[in-house]
Amino acid sequence: MDIYESHSINKEEKELLLNYLGRDPSHTEIGIFSVMWSEHCSYKSSRHWLKKLHTKGKQVIQGPGENAGVVDIGDNQAIIFKMESHNHPSFIEPYQGAATGVGGIMRDVFTMGARPIALLNSIRFGEFTHPKTKFLLSGVVAGIGGYGNCVGIPTIAGETGFDSSYNGNNLVNAMCVGLATKDKIFYSKASGIGNPVVYVGAKTGRDGIHGATMASGEFDDESEKNRPTVQVGDPYAEKLLLEACLELMQKDAIISIQDMGAAGLTSSSVEMADKGKVGIELNLNNIPTRQQNLTAYEMMLSESQERMLMVLKPEKTEIAKEVFKKWGVDFAIVGKITETNNIVVSHNGIIEADIPIKFLTDNAPMYKRKKINKNKRNQKSQPIPSIKTKDAILKLLNSPNLCSKKWVWEQYDRTIMANTLNDAGRDGGIVRIENTEKAIAMSCDVNPRYCHADAKIGAMQAVAECWRNIISMGAKPLAITNCLNFGNPEKPEIMNDFVETIEGIRDASIVLDFPVVSGNVSLYNETNGVAIKNTPTIGGVGLIESIGVLDNFGPLNIGDSIYMIGKKGSHLSCSSLEEVCNGKSSINPPEIDLNQEKLNGTGVLELIQERIITSCHDISDGGMIVAICEMIMMDNRGAAINIVDDTKMIGELFGEDQSRYIITIPPERESIFEKKMKKLGVKYELIGCITSSQLKINDSIVISNNEIRDAYESLIPSIMNNRA
Amino acid sequence: MNVTIIRFPGTNCDLDTANAVKKVLGIEPKIISCKENKIPKSDLIIIPGGFSYGDYLRSGAIAAREPIMDDLELKGNQGVYIIGICNGFQILTERKLLPGSLLKNSSLKFISKNVELKITRNDTYFTSKYQTNEIVNIPIAHHDGNFFADQDTLDSIEANNQVAFRYLNPVNGSLNNIAGLYNKNLNILGLMPHPERAVDIRTGTKDGSRVFESALNFYST
Repeated sequence: MDIYESHSINKEEKELLLNYLGRDPSHTEIGIFSVMWSEHCSYKSSRHWLKKLHTKGKQVIQGPGENAGVVDIGDNQAIIFKMESHNHPSFIEPYQGAATGVGGIMRDVFTMGARPIALLNSIRFGEFTHPKTKFLLSGVVAGIGGYGNCVGIPTIAGETGFDSSYNGNNLVNAMCVGLATKDKIFYSKASGIGNPVVYVGAKTGRDGIHGATMASGEFDDESEKNRPTVQVGDPYAEKLLLEACLELMQKDAIISIQDMGAAGLTSSSVEMADKGKVGIELNLNNIPTRQQNLTAYEMMLSESQERMLMVLKPEKTEIAKEVFKKWGVDFAIVGKITETNNIVVSHNGIIEADIPIKFLTDNAPMYKRKKINKNKRNQKSQPIPSIKTKDAILKLLNSPNLCSKKWVWEQYDRTIMANTLNDAGRDGGIVRIENTEKAIAMSCDVNPRYCHADAKIGAMQAVAECWRNIISMGAKPLAITNCLNFGNPEKPEIMNDFVETIEGIRDASIVLDFPVVSGNVSLYNETNGVAIKNTPTIGGVGLIESIGVLDNFGPLNIGDSIYMIGKKGSHLSCSSLEEVCNGKSSINPPEIDLNQEKLNGTGVLELIQERIITSCHDISDGGMIVAICEMIMMDNRGAAINIVDDTKMIGELFGEDQSRYIITIPPERESIFEKKMKKLGVKYELIGCITSSQLKINDSIVISNNEIRDAYESLIPSIMNNRA
Repeated sequence: MNVTIIRFPGTNCDLDTANAVKKVLGIEPKIISCKENKIPKSDLIIIPGGFSYGDYLRSGAIAAREPIMDDLELKGNQGVYIIGICNGFQILTERKLLPGSLLKNSSLKFISKNVELKITRNDTYFTSKYQTNEIVNIPIAHHDGNFFADQDTLDSIEANNQVAFRYLNPVNGSLNNIAGLYNKNLNILGLMPHPERAVDIRTGTKDGSRVFESALNFYST
């Protein structure tokens, strides 16, 4: 293997590199090219397609391309948010991989001037029976909690899923939401020839070298030897860095600022200079280091955590230094902005690298990879074996994907900051904006089963479900971020799914006015050639203008009527019921009519805002009956459900038809409700009423609250607490 | 009434605690850094929750040895009222201003949830607004909240009626379900639950407000 191959630079890319430079690169330069041209940093397989996403809207202040996306919430306030994957490191070393994933996404948000106010995550693992699942689940959950809890940001919502396709590649997607003052947002564009480039934060060590390259490759049985490429997190250092940065941001000293994430010092310096169309000079002798004798190569490629790079106003350098000294955080002037348009790196008086920046950014390789549409649709659905309705309900509630994830979220501090109005266990999370009447609702969603069956429908559904969850909390949906987790893009059928996913997200976000403002792509999620199911995770935020609408909203009142918004369920292909009963699912996911979605959702939001309904929950995985069970368990109530036509019972209870909600209404408001729905043209059905306890369907099926709770809550503890 | 909140590096409940004091008492508390030499004249000093010095070594161990703690100890001995919440409780036990210590939860996991607590007595500075034996609902969020003391110490805590709050149901392995306790003079309180996160019904519970109201009540009378 030659030095290029060992840096994951293929033959064509090697030719391109030599052609650009017109000379042989130094070892450090090869390192710089290898990380900047990695899939993780260059988006070389996805860049072309990502441009097709819908990214505009009057609520959008900053779309994709910065550290995070920014949306307007009025009163000179903005929400800054992004989601990012940390899949590869979390598989090799779950605790540190997940912890540093949380740390990285938090820095993306506070580097723009926002104080983080909430964390979310979407995590996926292999089957329960797989030998690594227990170890990975406990490590990832402890890592997410360990980092977020210590920095002091509530982790308020998320999803945990299981599927055999993640046996060899688990997914960790972390999202951070921050609050900023609209006219005090910081960007990464460097400017001002001669201005100082300043390094702040933790010292540089040898950890994480080549992390970005590792995250751009597939795994095999030897993957664990990559453990040294996983970074080690220090949430205490992050907390100090956060407070120091936010304090400096009040002092009009910063021209540009960028977190050192993947590819560390290399990508942060290159990206800042590239955005400003300037050059940058770094003297590595000034870099704070954890150990002696780090080489230029190691310093440029280290992914040590909790570090930032800034360009400062020269006259404010001393003020800045004082702030960091006060917080006990390292501060070092490590270079300056130049007019050369090159990155020049010197160490011990020797120029270790001198590369025109455009070769590392705009002119980096870009592939429009081959794609083949393997039409998987319209295959016959497997018949669902006859199963007693009661058994089916309990079986679904006791299945890995639908069961309670309390074991997971009880390890996350959800109440710190004292603004959490709604958290795990409901549709998503809500945090209040301090000193205002406003609140932000957020949710993370995707159904990999649908995405695997039909990439485009699955992607539309993920956006729609996120939208629906935010509506169910009484918020107006604003914008989304995403993490596109896929297998090897060099496989044409995976590339095809990727492109269809982009189209699905685009179509849904246009119709729902739910633009994409930030995101990340994680490819090569494969082990020994087996890819994960496509998993385009969507994270959304919405605005509640007045938290007064949430007073007395949520808890179920005995005697209230239960209605379903949308049409009666019947679609069982690709459903949870099918998967749980047959052990696998077929390939016809429910169609989604985006205009209907918008109509139904807008109607429901009005019902909440006008305080006509008393609770709301979206219908998704598992169909209407799972939604109702989740609602009654939350408040320890019961429900009496009436299905008129017994022969259609299974479809109505378990069908996963889209664009639907369960709502409850006090009987005296039913006529206002019906009038309103008719006026809007929204379909609805009376389903039953809330009772004091037990679930009753047509008097013939009775399930006690204990049976429901036991099925719903016992699965994960029984597996995780079993030390065998 | 002068309220002072001490912030260590890694403290993360300082702002929440200050907001709760403002909201409940209408008093602007003073937040000071642990690097100050002296604590200003205060009627109530609060050590809020967090991960002081990353909780490296042991929870609260490094913070307990900061020079400012000499002044805190002095003031505590003089009868100034002090509350340590969560990490603050750990710091107070590390400093031996309160007996016992806080071990890792018996589940070895972080636990974040609302718990039911029983008020042991209402004749103290911190609990006069509660009823004795009243059950209240306040969130916990900690990894090291498992109260432990040797048998003699535990016996003396009970004999002196120093327990302030008990978990109604076992939650983290604490001996005698102790969630919070006083020093012998009843002017220092340490507790694992977070009363500052329970001051507004919109966030789920308002049962923590009365810890602060009790203090003000005492001050006013």
